Amino acid sequence: MKYISEFRSGELARKIAEEIAKAVKPEREYRLMEFCGGHTHTIFRYGIPDLLPPNVRMLHGPGCPVCVLPIKRINAAIELALLPNTILCSYGDMLRVPGSAQMSLLKAKSQGADIRMIYSPAEAIKIAQSETDKQIIFFAVGFETTTPPTAVILDQANNLALKNLFIFCNHVLTPPAVKGILEPARQAGRKVLDGLIGPGHVSVITGSKPYESLAENYQVPITISGFEPLDILQSILMLVKQINTGSHQVENQYTRAVGAEGNKKAQALMAEYFELRDSFEWRGLGEMPFSALKIKAQFKHLDAEQNFPLSEAAASGSKLCGKIVGDNKACECPAVLTGQKKPTQCKLFNNPCTPENPLGSCMVSSEGACAAYYAYQPMS
Amino acid sequence: MCLALPVKVEKMLEDDLAIVELSGVKTTISLALVDDVQVGDYLILHVGYALNKLDQEEAEETLKLFAQDDS
Repeated sequence: MKYISEFRSGELARKIAEEIAKAVKPEREYRLMEFCGGHTHTIFRYGIPDLLPPNVRMLHGPGCPVCVLPIKRINAAIELALLPNTILCSYGDMLRVPGSAQMSLLKAKSQGADIRMIYSPAEAIKIAQSETDKQIIFFAVGFETTTPPTAVILDQANNLALKNLFIFCNHVLTPPAVKGILEPARQAGRKVLDGLIGPGHVSVITGSKPYESLAENYQVPITISGFEPLDILQSILMLVKQINTGSHQVENQYTRAVGAEGNKKAQALMAEYFELRDSFEWRGLGEMPFSALKIKAQFKHLDAEQNFPLSEAAASGSKLCGKIVGDNKACECPAVLTGQKKPTQCKLFNNPCTPENPLGSCMVSSEGACAAYYAYQPMS
Repeated sequence: MCLALPVKVEKMLEDDLAIVELSGVKTTISLALVDDVQVGDYLILHVGYALNKLDQEEAEETLKLFAQDDS
């Protein structure tokens, strides 16, 4: 496959790994965080940790939208799916995420809820047009990469005056998540990472500029990276070089897809339909101001949250079906999502938490750090 | 979730749609988020939408950089 296989050459990977080994200073540690779950997946799939010197450590970040969505939003989606005369459309990775009281969208489906797994938001429009006697709710999740396609269907639904399509908006933003990791550490007087592998496909939309103030404020070098193994190795080399010289610039390794300004057309469409939420809860990072998007008030006829008031239980996250809402107490997803613990340091990892029976969100999504460890790490 | 792949445009269709090739499979995608697309262009595809054009010159430059001896 052109523009994929060339970026997976084992020979070149070993060559870049040798350059990394030559560049690192043995007396110091290099703690690098890859923000994206997609990067985590590549790192383990291609055995990148085995190619790195022992003093270069990869920490896994919160860049998995499925993983960071708090349990109350999952409960809300389940509640919406169980409404009469309703079809809930969802990306596949959300279906098995555990909600409260051992519920999930998949279990709601087995109880008779009409839940359709879709690959593209465009399918939600088609379903709304063919099933006119039903209300269609699209469970929209994702970072800035996935937000523009949702904006496109909002625009289409608005222009076509569709009366039966609603969006349950859970789109979140990456810069606040990076800040959510770096700011508490700064306040505690600690430096938790020496370099950041920045999001690649988010930056296709936003451009590399939004990261400049983060690099400056927190004195941390950032390299926007592609998702193939050679991309990641080169990004690690670029970060090591910056760290050695004490530099903290935003560099762009993924030049074939990312520019400084990003996709203006997508940005304009997002700005037309979405505005910032005052606050949004993230699993692992807690409530963060201005960290997520909601549908603008003028389009409230398309907003599921405005048209189907959620029960207090789902809205506040306190109780559902009479049971206390909460994650499994032993689940270390919050610490894993912020790079403080490895999946293998969680008591539940591998027994009983597995991809077939996930107890925490990081095991559900194939991009979650726990799922990546489970799939690719040799079991000791 | 942010998985996106390079695909080659095979045929332009009406309504901002195009047929692309993805790992030997032909599929229809939306061009609603990109402008000035032509047959033969490579696009970054995510959930059925092209997010951007892939810059083929930049891709070649990156590949050259990998192969270069580090000085």
